[in-house]
Amino acid sequence: MAGSIRGSGIAEAAAVLPSRALTRGRRWAVLRQAARTRLGPLGAVVTLVAIAVALLAPAISPYDPLKQDLGNTLARPDRAHLMGTDNVGRDVLSRMIWGTRVSLMAGFGSVALAVIAGGMLGLVAGYAGGRTDGFVMRLMDAVLSFPPLVLALALGAVLGAGLGGVVIALGVVYTPTFARLMRGQVLTITAREYVEAARALGAPGWRIAWQHVLPNASAPIVIQASLSVAFAILAEASLSFLGLGVQPPGASWGSMINAGRGYLQQAPWIVFWPGTALFVTVVGLNFVGDAVRDALDPRLRT
Amino acid sequence: MGRLVLRRLLATIPVLLLVTAGVFALIHLTPGDPVDVMMAESVDDSVKATLRRQLGLDQPIYVQYGVWMAKLLRGDLGRSIRNGEPVIENVGRRIRPSLQLAALAMAISLVVATPLGILSAARRNTSVDRFGTTFALFGICMPNFLLALLLIFCFGVKLRWLPISGYMDPLEEGLQGLRSLVLPALTLGLALAAVVTRTLRSSMLDALSEDYVRTARAKGFSESQVIRGHVLKNALIPVVTVLGLQLGTLIGGAVITEYVFALPGVGRLVVDAVFARDYPLVQGVVLLIAIGFILSNLAVDFLYGWIDPRIRYR
Repeated sequence: MAGSIRGSGIAEAAAVLPSRALTRGRRWAVLRQAARTRLGPLGAVVTLVAIAVALLAPAISPYDPLKQDLGNTLARPDRAHLMGTDNVGRDVLSRMIWGTRVSLMAGFGSVALAVIAGGMLGLVAGYAGGRTDGFVMRLMDAVLSFPPLVLALALGAVLGAGLGGVVIALGVVYTPTFARLMRGQVLTITAREYVEAARALGAPGWRIAWQHVLPNASAPIVIQASLSVAFAILAEASLSFLGLGVQPPGASWGSMINAGRGYLQQAPWIVFWPGTALFVTVVGLNFVGDAVRDALDPRLRT
Repeated sequence: MGRLVLRRLLATIPVLLLVTAGVFALIHLTPGDPVDVMMAESVDDSVKATLRRQLGLDQPIYVQYGVWMAKLLRGDLGRSIRNGEPVIENVGRRIRPSLQLAALAMAISLVVATPLGILSAARRNTSVDRFGTTFALFGICMPNFLLALLLIFCFGVKLRWLPISGYMDPLEEGLQGLRSLVLPALTLGLALAAVVTRTLRSSMLDALSEDYVRTARAKGFSESQVIRGHVLKNALIPVVTVLGLQLGTLIGGAVITEYVFALPGVGRLVVDAVFARDYPLVQGVVLLIAIGFILSNLAVDFLYGWIDPRIRYR
């Protein structure tokens, strides 16, 4: 979508969630609920297949993804190369399989980073209040005042080409969303009676944070995280497409598509297959995210 | 109202300071500097050192920031290291294609999304609704560059109806110029339409379940009167939010789209400047983009009060 790789509308919606702790019993209930949605199971299957492909890449990839075969470039899909070969004769299927690893690592890695960093910042801001709160949240505003892709691009270039740089850059881009969510949760939860009770009993601040605030704040964070992964995968592909991220000859979906766009006429399969993989994965993750959201808060169902 | 605007503008200053400091620090912490990029490795080190001194790159980082800031306050964003032109002129030359693209994309998205979003909500769970939600899902999950390539493949390569890259100014070249913007504007517009459709549909559904809608229906208004008079305006707030956020992004350059279609806009400028490590240019452009982004969101905030008088500002 047009540069909006944050998908932050959901954050505001999720912020009004009734905070209910995700205890173990409730976790199962949520999963059962999510499985009962129409598209959730489909999304889960797609996601699990993608994860399996990523994990098993060395075993199931028919060729070496980097091996060139200059006598067999731009070959049409056939028995030997199910998805054809690219402009230097590399097997498109093998490259696509290895690219799955990159996409999922970038998607899950950057969101994990953002959840941890944003969660901590939000916790600190919400707890400390006053100047600390003001400074942290102004900092988050500053990050938010960049169009996400421009920020990721600048950060990615600064951190150096490579998957690590992109993961960190996207992690930074998504951090404010989680910081805001967490801060909002902390503010509402610390005003509740049970926190007051804990405080009256003499519980130290860190224990209140760990035992009361974190579990109760987890629902909106889980919702936002599950939806963010899909956007992060799209963003990684966009950055790879521009030439950041995994460097050639390494394979990622975005860079494969960029390399193949000069051959749209002779060899459309170079773009078609990684493009399809990217699209299907993102749709699948979106279904999972929506199902989780619906299960955790039926009021947000649209 | 005037004082309110002023206060909100002043409140953005600390954020802007953090933005400039952040951009400055990050770019300068990068390994590799513009002199290395400009000159081949074989060039003598003393020549490079002289150039660094001329550009002020040998000074400590806080001095460089101070110098940059002092100039900034006088309205001077510095000069591009690569072509020696003032940053502001670089941006000025690039802003026109970006603005035209943004306007066209916005228009396309509204033309597509407004009827689709309204109909999807009004005829919930019918085939219209299913079409609307599927369209929204596809548009949101479809990466920009893939949609661009698809459009290029269909309309450029196969049908040969439209040019697939390059730019001509529609204000000077007329129809030819407009044709050069159709595919990029469609790429952006359809993606944006997907987001707007989804937002409009869900906020319309919210509004449709309100008591005043039931009252209006009970009073005997026709469904179209109810929607036009009661639902639509109340459903606008989230839509305006989304549009405001997207407008900022569009003006700041539709990075990917401009890259794919070789449009000489602001987004393309950012990409080129980042890869060339043209410090003053990156700082200047990113700062201007951030200002544009902040201002468009500020404008949206004030629009809220106009759309919904219940929203008052302190």
